[in-house]
Amino acid sequence: MNTVVPYADPLYRDYRPIVNVGEDDVLILDDQVGLHPSMGPIQKMYQDGDVAIIHGVGYENSPRSHFRSMDIWHTCEPDSLGTEGWLARVVRDLDPTAENVVTAVSMGPSLFRALVGPNVPVATVENINSYGMLTGLTPEEKLSRVLSRYRRMYSPAIGTGPVMDFLGQTGIDALKGADILAAAPANYTSDIEYANSTIADKLKGIAQIHMAGLGSRIFYCDHGGFDTHADQINTHTRLWTEVSTAIRDFFDDLEAKGKADNVIMFLYSEFGRRVYDNGAGTDHGAGGVCLAIGKGVKGGQYGQYPSTKASDLDQGDLIPSIDFRSVYTTIVEDWMGLDAVPIVGGNFEKPEFILN
Amino acid sequence: MGDAKLELMAHLMRRAGFGASRDELERRVAVGYEETVEELLHPELQEPVDYHEFLRYYPLWWKAGTMGGNGHAGWVWRMINTKAPLQEKLCLFYHQLFATGVAKVDHYDEIEDMIDMFREKGLGNYKAILMEIARSPAMIYWLDNHENHATSVNENWGRELLELFTMGIGNYTETDVRECSRAFTGWTLIHKLPRFHMGRFDWEFEFRPEDHDAGEKTFLGHTGNFDGEEIVDIILAQPATANFIARHLYSFFVADEAQVPAWSVTPPNDPEAVQFIADALMKNDYHIETVLRMVFNSAFFKEALFAKVKNPTEVVIGTLRLVGDTERPSPQTIDWSFEITYMGQDLMNPPSVEGWHSGIEWINSGTLMKRTNFVAELISEHDRPGVARIIDRLKMVGESPEAIVDACLDVMGPLEIPTDARRELIEHAESLGRFDWDNNSPLEGGAAKVSEILQLIVSLREYQFA
Repeated sequence: MNTVVPYADPLYRDYRPIVNVGEDDVLILDDQVGLHPSMGPIQKMYQDGDVAIIHGVGYENSPRSHFRSMDIWHTCEPDSLGTEGWLARVVRDLDPTAENVVTAVSMGPSLFRALVGPNVPVATVENINSYGMLTGLTPEEKLSRVLSRYRRMYSPAIGTGPVMDFLGQTGIDALKGADILAAAPANYTSDIEYANSTIADKLKGIAQIHMAGLGSRIFYCDHGGFDTHADQINTHTRLWTEVSTAIRDFFDDLEAKGKADNVIMFLYSEFGRRVYDNGAGTDHGAGGVCLAIGKGVKGGQYGQYPSTKASDLDQGDLIPSIDFRSVYTTIVEDWMGLDAVPIVGGNFEKPEFILN
Repeated sequence: MGDAKLELMAHLMRRAGFGASRDELERRVAVGYEETVEELLHPELQEPVDYHEFLRYYPLWWKAGTMGGNGHAGWVWRMINTKAPLQEKLCLFYHQLFATGVAKVDHYDEIEDMIDMFREKGLGNYKAILMEIARSPAMIYWLDNHENHATSVNENWGRELLELFTMGIGNYTETDVRECSRAFTGWTLIHKLPRFHMGRFDWEFEFRPEDHDAGEKTFLGHTGNFDGEEIVDIILAQPATANFIARHLYSFFVADEAQVPAWSVTPPNDPEAVQFIADALMKNDYHIETVLRMVFNSAFFKEALFAKVKNPTEVVIGTLRLVGDTERPSPQTIDWSFEITYMGQDLMNPPSVEGWHSGIEWINSGTLMKRTNFVAELISEHDRPGVARIIDRLKMVGESPEAIVDACLDVMGPLEIPTDARRELIEHAESLGRFDWDNNSPLEGGAAKVSEILQLIVSLREYQFA
């Protein structure tokens, strides 16, 4: 509610007397809602028709636990503990024979669970500039000497039993992915000076890989610290400044190179926040907001902003008005062109936020 | 070619602990194999790690509440520094078996309590552990037993008790699941509101007689007004239970097996060994210390060298124990515990109640890279005492590339590798020129060159096995 603010709703300020967005500060989108003041770049893209805001996204019986909720978003299994990620299923559909080891790139220290699945190769890149096998070795000469030996010792990958074969193939895949990705920063130049934040670094890395034309279709990254039980006003401002400016720089960079048309960005968090503030911040809630951004997006607002009437709240939280798997369905079917039913685990209504 | 006693001791220490340095192995060989097994089975004889010293520096890692990733730092520190490695290894075994995670429990403190229980009781009778687990607030919440009422039965705990913790699928009926669950109605937890937003008060087990279904139950052919403990007694008398626990012990301590859900359809790789362990469990009232003694002293255990892919905890803890300089509490502890997570094993947060898929499923291109880079980096830090000792030993073998490679393989395992891989290493050593031990240059010196060989060795496929 402090991200996409229902500023015209008189209840908003009753619920959040302390931790709110001031009436004069809100970045107005229409006569009902506006954005947090640090989201200027997003407002501009919204006005250009490139931002879809999907209100009230969630699922029934929110556990209000970060871990469990992330599991649910990653696996599309709200009722049982799933082990396979929904995006891993997308990768498998896109590249059934696992030809391209960089079809999906996970930007972070470990693989996001959305991308975890059997026989789905995914490159896990913490930092594109230092990505690779044995990168601690210096100088360069030593590294290349050791890596060429490594390659010889992992080949022939096949023929020594299934476990050794698999290890050999994985080692070769890892090297191949690192080699492919190493070319990306080397061939990249840009006039865009990205903002100084970790999310900007990640998006810059994604831009480099995307522009290198390696056949990557999915990039996943995160930006943390939104769990603002306390000191929300300052923290939220800093975070959205970081995210908004990084997104602006990313799309500016892509557009300058004519590489923006085939990219959409999808933003979500595991849950929204409790409707009432706690005096310093807000606690874990249920329904939240998702954003889809890019030239391929049909800008506007989708779904219903959940009712804020006290009698319509569930344990003090907004009741989600649309299932997160609906939003996934739009992306999988209308953007990726795949059958969403086996990927998200069922038939869900589809908000039409992708341009035809 | 190798020293069989040393290889066997290294094997025992990898499985019953987190590996050991060459110096430690030699000391232990001198003491004897069976004597070492005895020592490992008696953690109470070792000086415990000074956990309070650790907490004095890092109080936030005690009772981390809901703070992501912080909960297992204390356990990681214990694993690195313990003098009773089997005790911590058993905690890992039970944590994998009774996989319970903050993903749902959202309360690290309670899962820490569970690990502490494993540490205290892990070598005792399996029944005592099961009864603790049945009363563990973390487990009750994880498997919804607080929603298991006399008037409306919730079967989650009852089912997993049978399916994952004792008998395995296919050995009981749906009626048994129902009757088992009824016996645990009213076994619930009490909790208070949290201290802070991020914190939690301790939870406690509570038995509510008014919510317990004390009526007659028919379970696995027995009829009576059973409560939970009587149900556990019936379960433990089943040969299927002994077989199932035996397979868990085999899979964790002896050799990789198929993943747990496949056990009902895939026979064990070594049925005789699993039967041997099952018989030992039955004959000894599921006394884990007794059974582990029999396992470690068995022929099938002693023949199972490198028959397991190291789990991420073994990779990280084993490396840190090897390289040393890890005794003092340090902010790096949290980084190291995150390394385990990055390699795919977020301790105290398993992906499901089934635990982690292990064996070769630990490996993907991302995790293989993480594993390799982590070990290669630490093994090249010459000022760490463990690494310095390794290099001192290698200096003794002179300058022959072949002798140096063999000595490296020996000190890092001892590790058996295929002839062509060994030839590659020797070629590599030859390509580096003379190993001049008097030259201390970080690029050209003997130590620098040998460090390169060690880094190649820890990158080998063979090094991924325990």
